[in-house]
Amino acid sequence: MPKRFASIWFRHLLTDWKAIRQPGLKGKAYVFAEPDHGRMLITALTDAARQYGVTEGMTVADARVIAPDLQVFDGKPGHNLKLLTGLAEWCLRYTPLVQLDPPDGLLLDVTGCAHLKGGEKAYLQEIVSRLKALGYDVRPAIADTIGAAWGVARCATSGLVVPEGGHRNALMPLPPFALRLSMDQLLKLRNLGLHQISSFIHMPDTVIRRRFGKSMVLRLHQALGQEPEYLFPLKEPVSYTERLECLEPVKTRPAIEIALNNLLERLCKRLYGEGLGLRSAALTWYRVDGKNGNITIGTNHASNRVQHIFKLFFIKLDTVAPGLGIELFTLDALKTEPVSDKQSELWSAKSGADSEEVAELLDRVAGRIGNAAINRYLPGEHYWPERTPKPDISLKEKPGSEWRTDKPRPMQLLAHPEPIEAMALTPDYPPKLFIWKGVQHIIVGADGPERIEREWWLEPGEHRDYYIAEDEAGRRYWLYRSGHYNAANNQHWYLHGFFA
Amino acid sequence: MQATKQEIIDKLRGELLTWEGFKPPQPGKNNHFGLGTLETAFPNGVFPTGAIHEFISSSPEDTAASGGFIAGLVQKLLSSGGACLWISYTRRIYPPALKLFGVDPDRVIFIDVPLQKDVLWVTEEALKCEGVATVICETKDLSFTESQRLQLAVEKSHVTGFVLRKDVRKMNTTACVARWQIRPVRSQLRMGMPGVGHPRWQVELLKVRNGKPGNWTVEWKRQSFQTIILPSIKEPARRYA
Repeated sequence: MPKRFASIWFRHLLTDWKAIRQPGLKGKAYVFAEPDHGRMLITALTDAARQYGVTEGMTVADARVIAPDLQVFDGKPGHNLKLLTGLAEWCLRYTPLVQLDPPDGLLLDVTGCAHLKGGEKAYLQEIVSRLKALGYDVRPAIADTIGAAWGVARCATSGLVVPEGGHRNALMPLPPFALRLSMDQLLKLRNLGLHQISSFIHMPDTVIRRRFGKSMVLRLHQALGQEPEYLFPLKEPVSYTERLECLEPVKTRPAIEIALNNLLERLCKRLYGEGLGLRSAALTWYRVDGKNGNITIGTNHASNRVQHIFKLFFIKLDTVAPGLGIELFTLDALKTEPVSDKQSELWSAKSGADSEEVAELLDRVAGRIGNAAINRYLPGEHYWPERTPKPDISLKEKPGSEWRTDKPRPMQLLAHPEPIEAMALTPDYPPKLFIWKGVQHIIVGADGPERIEREWWLEPGEHRDYYIAEDEAGRRYWLYRSGHYNAANNQHWYLHGFFA
Repeated sequence: MQATKQEIIDKLRGELLTWEGFKPPQPGKNNHFGLGTLETAFPNGVFPTGAIHEFISSSPEDTAASGGFIAGLVQKLLSSGGACLWISYTRRIYPPALKLFGVDPDRVIFIDVPLQKDVLWVTEEALKCEGVATVICETKDLSFTESQRLQLAVEKSHVTGFVLRKDVRKMNTTACVARWQIRPVRSQLRMGMPGVGHPRWQVELLKVRNGKPGNWTVEWKRQSFQTIILPSIKEPARRYA
C-alpha cells in the first residue's frame, strides 16, 4: 500500500490561540513579541496587523509607528510547541501516527485512514472544519511524501489532495520555499532567477550539489520520494489496539460499560487467535470538548479472558468523567505475553487447584489496594530473624533452599522488638520474671540461650541471646538480651515474639 | 417401641443435616482431620470444611496460639492442593514458623490490607475463588451481615475460611459454623526435665452448628494434634530455678 501523508499548517497558531482565549480580539491587529538583544521583536502577527505593513522580525517600536492601535502581547519561547503537542494529541483520533512539525505544523501518516471518513477529501475537510470550529485557521494537504505534502500545504492555493503519484507535477509550479530549504539556499535561488521548482528540478544532482550544497539534493529527493523519510510519532503506536467511535456522545455508566466490553471482546479475540494475553492495557476516552483521559490496568499473568479484564477495569471505572459526552474510546494492549495454559509450577495442582483463578483473584486485589499488599516469602539465607523470610515479588519463584525447622521460631513476630524489664539472677540464664506493658510475668520454664550474631557485613550492632520463656499461665514468649550479660545492671531485654 | 422411636428421631435428624448441607461421611473416604476425639463434636463426626470458622482472641498470646492451631488445620487442607491466603490488616505472623506446623510458607500468600473495610472485601473475593483451598482473615470486627456474606460465598465455592478476630470487645452473633477460642496452656515435659515442651492449647469450641460444644486440651506433637486427657491430680507448679 503506497504511503500517504498529510501536513497541517496552522497559519496563525499563536494569534488564533489568543483569539480563542479572548474572543474580543478577533479581527484586531495584535502581535506577539519576544525580547532579543535588548529589543522586542515581533514573532507572530494577525492578518489585520499585516495590512498595516507590519512583518515578522520587525521591532515593536517600529511597528507601533506604522500601526498606532497595535496590541502587543509577550510571547513565550516554546509556547508553540506546547500548543502543537496538544493539537497533535487531539489529532490522534484521525490517525495513530502524528508528528510535530515545528514551528507551526503537524505531520500525519494517513495511510489507510482516510477511507474511514469517506475519502481523502472528506477526511481533510473534516479536520479543517473541526479545527476551524475550535478557532484555528489551517491549511492541510495530502501527498505521497512528507516533503510534497508540506510544500503543497504551505504554497499551493488549490489541489490540496495530491493524487497518488502526482506529487512531482504538483510541486512543479511551486516556489522553492516549498522544498523546506534554508534561507541561504533560497536567497541564492532568487538571485539566480529560479522562482519555480520546475526551473531547476531537471538539473543534474551534481550541479545542484556543487552550487547549493548536499542538503538541497536531499530535500529535493525527499519531496520526490526518491529518498525515504520517516515520521517520529508523538506516541509510540501499540501493536494491538482497538477503537470504538460512538455515533452519539456517550455519558452514562451502562453505555461506557457496553463500549468497554465491546472493545475487550474484539481485542481478546485477536489476542486469543495469536496465542497472546494481556499483561497491561489502557482504556483511553476522548471527550467532545477535546479533553481525554485514560485508565490503566495490569495483570500478574498474561490473560485474554474478557470477563477477567473487564472486572479489573470495572474497579477503576468510577474515575471516568464523561463530561458532555465521550465520542471515542480506544483500548491499547500496552504489554502482551504468550499465554501459558496453566501455571502449575507454584500450586502443585493435584486436584482442582486452578491457579489461573488465583492469579485473577490477585489481579483484582492488586487493582483495588495495590500490588504492594500482596506478599509471598521464600527462605532467605540469613540467620537474623527479621531477614529469614525473603520477600518474593514474582509469585512464581520456587524456594532455593529448605525452610529450617531445627530451631523453634515464634508464630508471631513483632516488627519492632519491645523493651521489657527483666530480672535475671545468673549470667546466661533466662530471666526469672519480666514486666511487659505493666504486667508481670513469672517464668516457670525456659529454653535457651540461642545466640544470633548480627550480620556485620550488613549492619553494625550487638548480638542477641534468645530465650523461649513460658510463664505461669502457659503463655510462651521469645525474649532476647541485647549484647553480653554484665553485672552493672544495665542490660537490655526485649520481647520479640509469641509462640503458639 | 422406645428403641424404634429413638431410631426415627435419629433418622430424621440425619435427614435434617443433609438438607442443611452436611453430607454423611462416605464410607470409603478418610474423613479424619487428625483432631482425634475433638471431631466427635461436629455433626456426623466430620470437621466442617467449606465453611467459616471463627476464632476469638483477646491478647497477642491467644492470637499466636490460634495461629498455630489454624496452621495445623491448614496443613491438612493444603495437602489436596490449592492456594492459601492470609489476609490481615496488621500482620505479625512470622512465615518461617508455619513450617513447624507442616505448612510450606512459600505456598501462603500474605495480603496486608491497610484498611479494615478492605479486609472483608478481599476476604469475600478470595472465598469466592475456587482455586483457593483456604483463607485466613485476621480482622477486628465482624458483624452478623458480614459473616452471612462470607458464609454465602463459601457455600458456592467450598473454600474453608478462618476468621481470626483479634481484640474482641463484644461477642456478637455471627453466621459462622463454629466459634473457637484457643488459649495457650503450660506445656509439659517428662518429669523433672527443664525447658519448654510442645505447644499445648486449651481448645474451647464455644459454638458449633448442629454439634456439641466442648473443651479439650490439645498438643501439637510430631506434626499432628494430640488430645491430652489431663490427670485428675495436677502436679504442683514448679518454679524454674
